[in-house]
Amino acid sequence: MTEPVLSVRNLQVEFASRRGTLRAIDDVSFDIAKGEVLGVVGESGAGKSVTGLAVIGLIDPPGRIAGGEIHLAGLRVDNLQPEEMRRIRGKRIGMIFQDPLTSLNPLYKVGDQIVETIRTHLNLSETAARRRAIDLLAEVGIPAPEKRIDGYPHEFSGGMRQRVVIALAICAEPELIIADEPTTALDVSVQAQIISLIKRLGRDHGTAVMLVTHDMGVIAETSDRVAVMYAGRVAEIGPVQDVVKNPLHPYAKGLMGAIPTLAGEDKRLVQIPGSMPRLSAIPRGCSFNPRCAFAFDRCRVERPEPLPRGTQSVACHLYDTVPAESAA
Amino acid sequence: MLAFTLRRAIQAIGVMIAVGIIAFSMFRFAGDPVNQMVGMDTSGAERAAIRKSLGLDDPVIVQFGRYVGNAAQFKFGVSYQFRLPVTNLLIERMPATLELAIVATIFAMLSGILMGVYSALRRDSWLAHVFQAVSLIGISLPTFLIGVLMIYLFSVTLGWLPSFGRGDVVHIGWWTTGLLTLSGLKALIMPAITLGLFQMTLIMRLVRAEMLEVMRTDYIRFARARGLTTRAIHFGHALRNTLVPVITVAGLQFGSVIAFAIITETVFQWPGMGLLFVQAVQNVDIPIMAAYLMMVSLIFVTINLVVDILYTIVDPRLRSTVSRAH
Repeated sequence: MTEPVLSVRNLQVEFASRRGTLRAIDDVSFDIAKGEVLGVVGESGAGKSVTGLAVIGLIDPPGRIAGGEIHLAGLRVDNLQPEEMRRIRGKRIGMIFQDPLTSLNPLYKVGDQIVETIRTHLNLSETAARRRAIDLLAEVGIPAPEKRIDGYPHEFSGGMRQRVVIALAICAEPELIIADEPTTALDVSVQAQIISLIKRLGRDHGTAVMLVTHDMGVIAETSDRVAVMYAGRVAEIGPVQDVVKNPLHPYAKGLMGAIPTLAGEDKRLVQIPGSMPRLSAIPRGCSFNPRCAFAFDRCRVERPEPLPRGTQSVACHLYDTVPAESAA
Repeated sequence: MLAFTLRRAIQAIGVMIAVGIIAFSMFRFAGDPVNQMVGMDTSGAERAAIRKSLGLDDPVIVQFGRYVGNAAQFKFGVSYQFRLPVTNLLIERMPATLELAIVATIFAMLSGILMGVYSALRRDSWLAHVFQAVSLIGISLPTFLIGVLMIYLFSVTLGWLPSFGRGDVVHIGWWTTGLLTLSGLKALIMPAITLGLFQMTLIMRLVRAEMLEVMRTDYIRFARARGLTTRAIHFGHALRNTLVPVITVAGLQFGSVIAFAIITETVFQWPGMGLLFVQAVQNVDIPIMAAYLMMVSLIFVTINLVVDILYTIVDPRLRSTVSRAH
């Protein structure tokens, strides 16, 4: 197997606060291969976005990467100097944020923002960069790009702005795109277009994509593999069909049970009781144990480590020594 | 755009008429001007003659109409103390005040923006704390006190700068300028700093607060995620977004700079309109006071109009709302 584009090992991110250090990300590991889409799913505050920001090096104080390693195509990037990391951002890692309405500077034409980004990373003349910007706008599906390039962000709709943001993220042909809830702020009909656009771009350019979302539907449609995060840890990771059809972790089971289907409307949706703990009050042992129907003594004292289980990997004591049927 | 400008211009005319009413009523309520003009031994007949020649016998509405009509042609009557047309007096003094106000504003904007940007970006550096402290002094100490302290330090103790007056001036047409002579420039330093200090601290604090706000926005975060250089982010993206409110405040403050020049001009005996006004108040020279009021309002109203138009240049979003609204 070739080297993964992104390899995250035992990542820890901490935030210093008045009430002590809060660990937002604890021991997170995953890989993304070339051309692969990894969906990262979880509730608000599970650490999905922070993981994305850590990879691109945008964790701001009081937050900091407290441990672990991040490798981009073999190069360790978590301990680079700010200036070196700056050169990687936008060039080798592109990022798409949640809200396209606020991601663009309202005072500059979209073309100027694209040209500025292109010229920051690629050695192109003003005219060549402009030509490339028009091509990019065409590629992300903006009609009449040679005209729209001179428009201001407020002259674009939400979906169109997200396309511009995507054009900005891919303008230097990055190896990795981090998409942080790219469709949350958009209409449902536009969501599908944006998702298929991201998928197509990943396929055409062989770009690895880390897709952060809380929408399991989006993950199922787009991703090759999925990582389920809970309270700053990866609860389960595996190929998307396997995790959706046969979730192992009780939390993942709960999440999948909460997806409404068009068939079988008479079934009540499963709800996971309780809510995710705050960072300042993460329980001992498995952080999910207070909400877990299968929790036993060991879950309340010992933290579960990720265990390989077929194509999947799951951090749950139910799959250690104890046979699988007790979890079914 | 044209409709927008026109509408604002009509509003401005409305404001000027209201100010005209106030200016005019000063004549009616601030005592009998004839008493100011004549000596104790003037006879009643002579007083009546003067009264008639000044048109003070006519009905109020006629007097007001005459006043507005004349004011529209920049005729504000004859000064009681100087016996000269007020317009000539004001025009003679205007270059001194405008020069002082413009230099003070440029000083305030340049140093205010620089200090504001610096103290926003290097929030915890000692220099940023010094700037904050200086701005506190600038806001809380009254202008005249700063002026007097500077005179004491630089004129009396060190003897570097003149303590009063405008120095040598050069005539260019009807305009007089002190910017072309060394003594004129030296005389300008202290009054300009005194006058501009308050605006400088205001702009500095505004720029700092706005800049901190802008640095937290999504588009700055996205600009960082795009790998732009720190320089491009700070000065290309953040500063420009900061400037919209700064232009408003600096623009509106230019009016107050001219108005506040009264104090600075008095402290430094600067031969401008403000000093003329103070003398007019002491001598109940109502034509000058009324004309000064009208002039300052005209400047305020004009600046407001210019600021409104400037907005649309800086912020493209306003351009489309303005054209959509009409």
